[in-house]
Amino acid sequence: MIINLRVWRQANAQSAGKMVSYRVENVSEDMSFLEMLDLLNEDLTVKGEEPIAFDHDCREGICGMCGVVINGAAHGRASSPVPTTTCQLHMRSFADGATIDVEPWRAGAFPVIKDLVVDRTAFDRIIQAGGFISINAGSAPEAHSVPAPKIQADRAFDAATCIGCGACVAACPNGSGMLFTAAKITHLAMLPQGQPERYTRVKTMLAQHDADGFGGCTNIGECAAVCPKSIPLDTISALNRDLMKSLFRKDGK
Amino acid sequence: MAITGLIMVGFLLMHMYGNLKVFLGADSFNHYAEWLKGDILYPLVPSGVFIWVFRVFLLVAIVAHIWSAAVLTGRAHAARSSKYAVTKRLSQTYAARTMRWGGVILAGFLVFHLLQFTAQVVTTGFQAGATPYDMVIASFSQWWVTLAYAVWVAIVCLHVRHGVWSALTTLGANTSPKARAFLNGLAWVIAIVLFVGFMIMPLAVQFGWVK
Ligand code: HEM
Ligand code: SF4
Ligand code: FES
Repeated sequence: MIINLRVWRQANAQSAGKMVSYRVENVSEDMSFLEMLDLLNEDLTVKGEEPIAFDHDCREGICGMCGVVINGAAHGRASSPVPTTTCQLHMRSFADGATIDVEPWRAGAFPVIKDLVVDRTAFDRIIQAGGFISINAGSAPEAHSVPAPKIQADRAFDAATCIGCGACVAACPNGSGMLFTAAKITHLAMLPQGQPERYTRVKTMLAQHDADGFGGCTNIGECAAVCPKSIPLDTISALNRDLMKSLFRKDGK
Repeated sequence: MAITGLIMVGFLLMHMYGNLKVFLGADSFNHYAEWLKGDILYPLVPSGVFIWVFRVFLLVAIVAHIWSAAVLTGRAHAARSSKYAVTKRLSQTYAARTMRWGGVILAGFLVFHLLQFTAQVVTTGFQAGATPYDMVIASFSQWWVTLAYAVWVAIVCLHVRHGVWSALTTLGANTSPKARAFLNGLAWVIAIVLFVGFMIMPLAVQFGWVK
């Protein structure tokens, strides 16, 4: 396959970026999108040009490091028949000779570091603000002493599959990080271990979300449409329910 | 945003229902308008007081709604200061996308509407001081007034289509994919009921079924 790329090139956080065109030849349709970029980078290196910087790690869709906007959709969701991460998107999803636009996540809270790499430490700060449980260390308690109802446990596990990739923020017209925050809130709120801090957590995590410059949620739904883990929009309602309940509670006021 | 929006949707449903009184004839409609402005809760409160309490309540809701919208818009612009070269829309509706400008346009129409029927500064074919029934008949006998209202009410209903779903979701009602479908359906139903309920009366006047 031959692929024509238009890629966002930006030397560093301070400089202005622009879209630059490249032609990639000998692309196999079994390559992942990242392998196609590797191929281009080898070519650029041989030519003595600066290779394109992009984030990646596991390349099996579980770590959340990769992620670029492909033809206007985060993780190339518009080209893929199923929810996917960029590393699990394959070139067979594109036509031979296609022109593909590749851009970084664009969000005030995710400044570009270089080319397609953005700084997602804002997510870490949201987690630090309350995405944990406090337990007294010691030997593990007997597992059966803390029953976790099946339905809640399933919902917690589904929400916990969020890999923190940031596609939801990239896709949101408001640049909101609500789906990510709601996934974390739902995950912890559904389990017995998450109860003691449940209503302070929702306040501190949301406050950090807003302080980091994410936009407000207006329930448009683009986030859930691109999420590689299919985190459902209803987690956001779950977060809002906890937030409303927290207003009528003593803890954390 | 959600609470003030739902207050206004509630008001719209009442207003729409009230307008249908035109079909019961001039006396019935005028008497109803009279009651709105004078006798609600009388003698619990002096005659003519309730309408002002209600107007202040609505005004507070409108101002709070616009203020929240402005804050959200400001945050959204700050959160996406650098624009994508291409964006592919996957799940958003036209209604969701046009909430901001649509809101501004419908507020503009609302000012006109109040100048026309409440303050009677802009008169469309009636004399200031005419009875509510005569105002309605004189106005909607003119095709352009009816057309302008059709456009306005369509914009309002588009706003309501996303607004009802979004408000209920913000208030925590979106509990499952099924609930999501239900809330979107409910928003459509309310928007369509409002459109038909508001427009049937001006159209009836336009086509001379009500004189
Ligand atoms: C075909 C559609 C509509 C018609 C025929 C209509 C008609 C009227 C009339 C005749 C009045 C004055 C009543 C009186 O003098 O006693 C009025 C007042 C009002 N209308 Fe409408 N209306 C329509 C749609 C709307 C919509 C969509 C909105 C909201 C966005 C709205 C908001 C108001 C408000 C706020 C008032 C003032 C209430 C007050 O005086 O305190 N109307 N309308
Ligand atoms: S909610 Fe989905 S899109 Fe957002 S960070 Fe988690 S996995 Fe990525
Ligand atoms: S590289 Fe780990 S999810 Fe794509």
